[in-house]
Parts: sequence; C-alpha cells; structure tokens
Amino acid sequence: MAEANDLEQVFENKIDAEEKIEPKDWMPEGYRKNLIRQMSQHAHSEVIGMQPEGNWLTRAPTLERKSVLLAKIQDEAGHGLYLYSATETLGITREEIVQALHDGRAKYASIFNYPSLTWADIGAIGWLVDGAAIVNQVALQRTSYGPYARAMVRICKEESFHQRQGYESIAVLARGSAQQKAMAQDALNRWWWPSLMMFGPHDADSAHSAQSMLWKIKRKSNDELRQSFVDQTVSQAEIIDLEIPDPDLKWNEQRQHFDFGEIDWDEFKQVINGNGLCNRERLAQHKKAHANGAWVRDAVAAYVKGKTGESGE
Amino acid sequence: MSELSPLFEVFLRGRRGLDHIHVGSLHAQDAGQALEYARDTYIRRSEGVSIWVVESKDIHASQESDVASFYDPMDDKPYRHATHYTLPDGVDNM
Ligand SMILES: [Fe+2]
Ligand SMILES: [Fe+2]
Repeated sequence: MAEANDLEQVFENKIDAEEKIEPKDWMPEGYRKNLIRQMSQHAHSEVIGMQPEGNWLTRAPTLERKSVLLAKIQDEAGHGLYLYSATETLGITREEIVQALHDGRAKYASIFNYPSLTWADIGAIGWLVDGAAIVNQVALQRTSYGPYARAMVRICKEESFHQRQGYESIAVLARGSAQQKAMAQDALNRWWWPSLMMFGPHDADSAHSAQSMLWKIKRKSNDELRQSFVDQTVSQAEIIDLEIPDPDLKWNEQRQHFDFGEIDWDEFKQVINGNGLCNRERLAQHKKAHANGAWVRDAVAAYVKGKTGESGE
Repeated sequence: MSELSPLFEVFLRGRRGLDHIHVGSLHAQDAGQALEYARDTYIRRSEGVSIWVVESKDIHASQESDVASFYDPMDDKPYRHATHYTLPDGVDNM
C-alpha cells in the first residue's frame, strides 16, 4: 500500500518538475488510458486524413501539384506510424488499436468526415486543417509522455511544408480567374468552421480536458489553441483577399485577440456521433483497405515463420 | 578476454524526454555487466539519466554504398521542404 503511494508520489513529482514520463516508468492506470485514447485518436486522424486528399490525387491539375500532394499524403502515413508506435509503448497492440477504430470505440478528427468537393479544397485542407493541426501539435511537443513528445517534434518538422503548399495552392486560385477565385472562397467557406471544431468542445464542456491538463498530457486548453489559430489565420486570409465566413469576426483591442462567432455545436455533435457526410465512407474505406492488406500480413508472418523454423534447426 | 566477450553498443539519454543517442561500444560478458561498464565508461560526469545496451550483433545496419537505391535523399524533390514555397509579404510564421 505504502509502495503504491510512493510510486504515485514519484510520478507526481516528475510531472511537477516538467520531467517526461518514459515507457518503463510507473504511471497511474488513468494516465495510461488517457494517453492511449488521445494518441490513438491522433494516429487514426493522420491515417483517415489521407482519404479526402487522396480523392484528388489522380485529378491534380499539374504533375507538380500531384507530386506535392503525393509527398504530403506519404508524410501523413508516416505520422500515423510514428504515433501508432508511440502508442504501442503503452502496452497495447496495433491490432487492438485498429480494432477500436473499426468498432467505433476510437474516434478520429471529425473534420475528415467532410467531403473534398473541388481542387480548391486541397489547398484549403493544407492551409486550414494542417494549420490547425500544427497549432495543436506545437503545444503537444511539451506533452508529459516522452515518446509522444518526441513523435510530435518529428511531425512538426514536416508539417510546415504541408501548410505552406496548401496556402500557396489556394493563393494561386485566389488570384486567378473569377471562377477560380470563387472556388477558393467556396473552399474557405466550407472548411473554416470544421477547422475551428478541430480543437474540440469549449473547455467547460470537454470531458477529458481537466485531468489531461493536470497530467500535462495537454499543455494548452481547447479554447486557447482555437484562439491562436484564429489570430494567426485572419491576416493570412486577408493577404490573399479571401473572406473568412464569420460576420462576428473582429479585432478586440482590449483582449488583443480576435473575437469570433459561435461554432454550430449541434453539427459538431452530429459529425462526432457518426452522422457527418462521410463518416460511413471513411470507415468503410479503412476497413476495406485493412482487409485487402490481410494477405500481405499473412505472407510476412509465413515468411518469418519459415525463416525462424530454418534457423531453429 | 575481450575476444571472448561480446560487443555491446551503448546508447545514452542525456535528459529525461530526449532520445537515446549512440555514444560508443564496449565488451562485456552479459547485458548486466555491459550496463555497469557503460555507467563507468560513459557517465562519469552526469552525461546521462538512462543507458541502453544492445549487443552489436543484434544491430542490422544499412550500407552507405546503397545510398542511391535504398537511401535516396530525394534531392530531386525540393517540394518536400517548406522553403520551396514562396509566401506573400506579410505572412510570417507558417
Ligand atoms: Fe500529419
Ligand atoms: Fe500534415
């Protein structure tokens, strides 16, 4: 009994001292569970996020844009792998993690349940969705779990390219023909609010936030992160002469931040709960890809078995 | 004796939260002994808070001569770097 308390105390001391928790350290079960939930959802988001972008891969307007998009999507697959591996250090298997996604027990960022309807959406996704992800991930570089923090450092190094290519791509459309400009504006109109939703519910309504902040898994609150994203994005939109679709958006001299309108939380809940435009399609596609890859996993297992059988003689 | 005892590679974590980094190798009879030798050899001035030792034979390495086919640095793909994209004046911090 005394020993358990000591372990808990050692853990708390590390957290207080801004030290990282490493896989072999003792940690409370709740901390482990909370991390598995957050990290696996983060990994799933990287992987599911490839779908809306993959939708335009074969229809990219130039070879250059196609190469860029392919490179970006490849990075996202890599991010998924970094994060799955980091999650596995918590003593859960890849199979269990993927199964939780397929059973609907694990979520992923709800923004990927929106469709990518036009080529301009690809620019908007890089600019806004990766932009919002960066704000979140920069803060997570200081998360208390060592493997998660180190994965975030690697990911953040690659994300800057993602956002820039998107912004540059939509900027080209915004200064193109009237039709192209309208396409860029339409993409911003459709992706703006879902991007703000990426930061999750208001702090007061966020189920896991308080404990996550105490354990320093999360370092900044949902509302703080959302505010930073809005503050940095407003001028980016102005510079390329696109209008953010929010009549309540205005600079607040007193707060030294932009005020902005209320998110449609009903829509947020609907999408989280599986009723977004693409929820079924995204999950079905993931299951299908996973099932189609079964023969590869079987072949690898058979190969390894054959090899160890040989050397075992 | 060194001919008989296996070679171990030594990795040190300088501070909690950092990656373990390869610092060198040493001979030891087993992993426990390798850890003690590594402690005595590599962290006499608080260079680390955690040591990993791995038997050298368990490390599988790529060959530098395979660079072109295996390790392509992708120098022909400058668009993988953020600096490839020019941003309009006034946009910083992206
Ligand atoms: Fe990513
Ligand atoms: Fe990204």
